[in-house]
Amino acid sequence: MKGDAKTTVHANPFMPEPARIIRTQMLTKDVKFFQIRLADMEKALAFRYSPGQFIMLSVLGAGEAPFSISSTPSRPGLLEFCIRKAGTVTNALFRFKENDLVGLRGPYGNGFPLEEMLDRDILIVMGGLGAAPLRSVLLYCLDNRDKFRRVILLHGAKNPEEMIFREEFYSLKEREDLECFLTVDSDTTGEWKENIGVVTALFEKCRNINPADTAALVCGPPVMYKFVLKELVKLNIPKDQILMTLERRMKCGVGKCGHCAIDYIYTCLDGPVFTYWDVLHMRELI
Amino acid sequence: MRIVKLKKENLFPFLEVISKEADLWAPVKKYEDKHVFKAVEDFSEIDLDYQRTIIPPRRILLPPKTNMFEATQNTYKEDFSNVSKKIIFGIHACDVNALVIMDRFYNFAYDDPYYTRARENTLILGYSCWPDEHCLCKSTNTHIVTEGYDLFFSKLDTHYLVWIGSSQGDDLIRKQPSLFNEDISDKDIQTYLNWQKEREDAFQAEIDFIDMPDLIELKYNDPLWEELGKACLACGSCTNVCPTCNCYNVYDKPILGKNASKIVRCWDACTLENYSEVAGGENFRENRADRLKLWYTHKLQAYISKYGKPACVGCGRCIVSCPVDINVLTVGKTLSGEKVDAFWKRFNLQVKKEVRK
Repeated sequence: MKGDAKTTVHANPFMPEPARIIRTQMLTKDVKFFQIRLADMEKALAFRYSPGQFIMLSVLGAGEAPFSISSTPSRPGLLEFCIRKAGTVTNALFRFKENDLVGLRGPYGNGFPLEEMLDRDILIVMGGLGAAPLRSVLLYCLDNRDKFRRVILLHGAKNPEEMIFREEFYSLKEREDLECFLTVDSDTTGEWKENIGVVTALFEKCRNINPADTAALVCGPPVMYKFVLKELVKLNIPKDQILMTLERRMKCGVGKCGHCAIDYIYTCLDGPVFTYWDVLHMRELI
Repeated sequence: MRIVKLKKENLFPFLEVISKEADLWAPVKKYEDKHVFKAVEDFSEIDLDYQRTIIPPRRILLPPKTNMFEATQNTYKEDFSNVSKKIIFGIHACDVNALVIMDRFYNFAYDDPYYTRARENTLILGYSCWPDEHCLCKSTNTHIVTEGYDLFFSKLDTHYLVWIGSSQGDDLIRKQPSLFNEDISDKDIQTYLNWQKEREDAFQAEIDFIDMPDLIELKYNDPLWEELGKACLACGSCTNVCPTCNCYNVYDKPILGKNASKIVRCWDACTLENYSEVAGGENFRENRADRLKLWYTHKLQAYISKYGKPACVGCGRCIVSCPVDINVLTVGKTLSGEKVDAFWKRFNLQVKKEVRK
């Protein structure tokens, strides 16, 4: 090497920050709940994000993957995730115990448009692991309850054992300022007291909403979108007030690696939250 | 901008002077008519009579594999060992324009330090070229340079006209100004103008990029894409040789014997099967046709909507490297309704015949 290379200081957006696993808990047979905090306390307290954003978690030797944040910024300090065992990184994460270190960087993405949701009815529709990103915005709405009007939650799962945050949602049912409806495709436990059927069956419960003033938030498995979107349109909710958060392969989170590109946008920069209007005008979104 | 003159015999002495402080990369013949950019010590290796290198010069800035970090459980040490002072000499106008596109891309929204650091330590010394039957750069308006170079050499009979495009380029000239002279005669100007006119007329391949965004939109569901998908080998050649492709993958490479890993980024290609696959097995673009559509939409439509010009600089690399003739020229022409003679066309005819049996 000849001559000294110039070394202008560039902030490195790929630099992970060590973070400690505070608590883990199995939610279902393959979904685990993680509470994580940046190891540096000052940085942990200064960490700001908004519901709907995601972070990149890295495990030494296994790699890095994007995860949506399940906790709400209205309860600072700890970050919460629910993670399904699905690939290399998550398999490695499942072996981690409390106090172990992982790498964390972010937050990335646009998050939900909280400003536009103010003073509106909030209709949250989640299916399966779709509860992971939507729990963040649900808890945010509940913590800032006076800023929103009705808050309705429709949550569907295959069976009671696979419903993540089941106990938490049970206790939320006690709240009078939340309309919480749970459903399972089939009851495998024999103890299920809530609705049985697909999540679209729950739309009966919200026929009396004021569609023009409703923000609908949807996340779930790909097959769910088709049916839920149909119902939401039937309710006359404007397409740009139907919000959904999407999953894509991501290797950087900052619009460089290209994997999440759709048309002229990058899911990591311009998403992961899109409106139904976006979906109709950009092919390949869902 | 200023233009000076350099006698042909003074070129190597000039390279000698400037390569004292930086690694000089230049085109070198690899085999037959294939060239590569290589760090040269011995200038006799340099072959300026080349058409296009196999791999575009972006590989000098971000090699196929770049170490990003050396990591342990709680430390991440940045690895910028790829960054050194470099001079790329002999790079053609299309590739200079491609680097301008890369500069803009890597600085968009977030600054990519691995590219930016390498780029700001690299000087670009362009070199004039003569089109062959695959050069499309006149159609993309990238056959000339207006930015992105430090010096640009235009070859005339006995000397070069040297454009000075930046203050760093000027610094290079000032290392030994006696090699250059500034008295450009009327005859020189005429020779240059004649050469330029002849070169403009020498382009054979042509395609209208202005209509591409609309055509891709209108023909989004055209059977063309399925035809291409049937013939495509999903080998990733087109993306690896494209001077404006930038997709990459990241993986951890454990360091044996230590509880540590190297975090490596390596080139990826959107035409490969697992490109859009997420954990759990969901693949958003399982179909080859969808992946090809992504590539062409991105280059010829999305980029134009976003930046006003295509992400294709007409270098012709995809034309010479695709084994089944799926390239900007054949796809673009088919989209505009022209008949093309390409392997994938003949292949699909065969497929259809077999089906008929």
